[in-house]
Amino acid sequence: MKQNNVYIQDLTRGIVKENPVFVALLGMCPVLGVTAFVVNGFGMGLAATAVLIAANLVVSLLRNYIPPQVRIPCFIVIIATFVTIIEMVLQAFQPVLYEALGVFVPLIVVNCVILGRSEAFASKKPVVRSFLDGIGVGLGFTLALVILAFFREILGHGTILGPDPESAIHLFGSNFEAMTLFAQPPGAFIALGLLLAIVNMLMKRFNI
Amino acid sequence: MEKLLSIIFIYIFVENFVLHRFFGICPFLGVSRKMETAIGMSMAVIFVMTMATLVTWLLHTFVLVPNNLTYLQIVTFILVIASLVQLVEIFLRKISPTLYQGLGIFLPLITTNCAVMAVALLAVRQEFSLLEAVVFAIAASLGFSLALIIMAGIRERLELANMPDVLQGSAVTLITAGILSMAFLGFQGMLTL
Repeated sequence: MKQNNVYIQDLTRGIVKENPVFVALLGMCPVLGVTAFVVNGFGMGLAATAVLIAANLVVSLLRNYIPPQVRIPCFIVIIATFVTIIEMVLQAFQPVLYEALGVFVPLIVVNCVILGRSEAFASKKPVVRSFLDGIGVGLGFTLALVILAFFREILGHGTILGPDPESAIHLFGSNFEAMTLFAQPPGAFIALGLLLAIVNMLMKRFNI
Repeated sequence: MEKLLSIIFIYIFVENFVLHRFFGICPFLGVSRKMETAIGMSMAVIFVMTMATLVTWLLHTFVLVPNNLTYLQIVTFILVIASLVQLVEIFLRKISPTLYQGLGIFLPLITTNCAVMAVALLAVRQEFSLLEAVVFAIAASLGFSLALIIMAGIRERLELANMPDVLQGSAVTLITAGILSMAFLGFQGMLTL
């Protein structure tokens, strides 16, 4: 029973309590850069999650063989390998998403969330726990991206599921004038700042 | 010449790396609390970014492309940046201890600064020549420094301001960055490559 509790904790810790974006403020570049549309944010979140889970697994498997002096370069090479794989997969199967995310796909390699989890968790803990931790933190990261993109897309474009005109749902009819500011760079900063304030407030209220 | 000048102007003001392209947000939020650290970080970034772009551009053009190894781009670039940072650190410690003391703490942080990686990748993707790539790197790092130093100036005053406690810390910093970014939006469309 106690063993199960540890696993559940590993899985859920990253989602709310230690959310990489809202609480730890890590990996902010893609959070601001790709969240003009929910689809892009979700895709970015999943790509980063896949890399995070794979890197956590391999780092944890190799944790007894990597000499501590050169661990950071080793982690970086492992992460870079998986980022290359994800980049090729996206390029082959999701070319539209790949174009929309642009240079942020190869930049997953310098996302501090992933290196941070390798260093702080996977290099010390057994494989199953590292795997669950990867899933949890990845989901937390994806959740943050989707929440921010949701508000930015509604305010900045008035749609959900854009930018593809076939799937885009226009929420407000033809008289709607979008707040373009939120689709542009300043809106990303301001929306994330306000979201952080709201998260702070909720966390204080519910004592998380 | 005309192209070089427009690269400089575009990447300092129009497409500022921090405020418009969102590269290097972590150090931008992390070390902008004091003017002194902001200046130290800026110097280190200008140095590493220019060196990294030079080396990665040469490697990409003369090693990766002729051998059809471009799929190794990400691994090569990140290794170059990581080892370059180490090298610079060792070199500075020997040659100029004063500069090392100034930059010392910031150097390891630069490895995970995505602005450095982004400059290296974009220089190759936009098919710049060697000279253009180096000028691009210098301009981008100057843009980064400009944003960082302005932000540090604002944050030093912000410390004294009275505000709701949920906004304190990173929330208000991000909103301030948004307003700053709005100011830079004024340059939008002035020049394109």
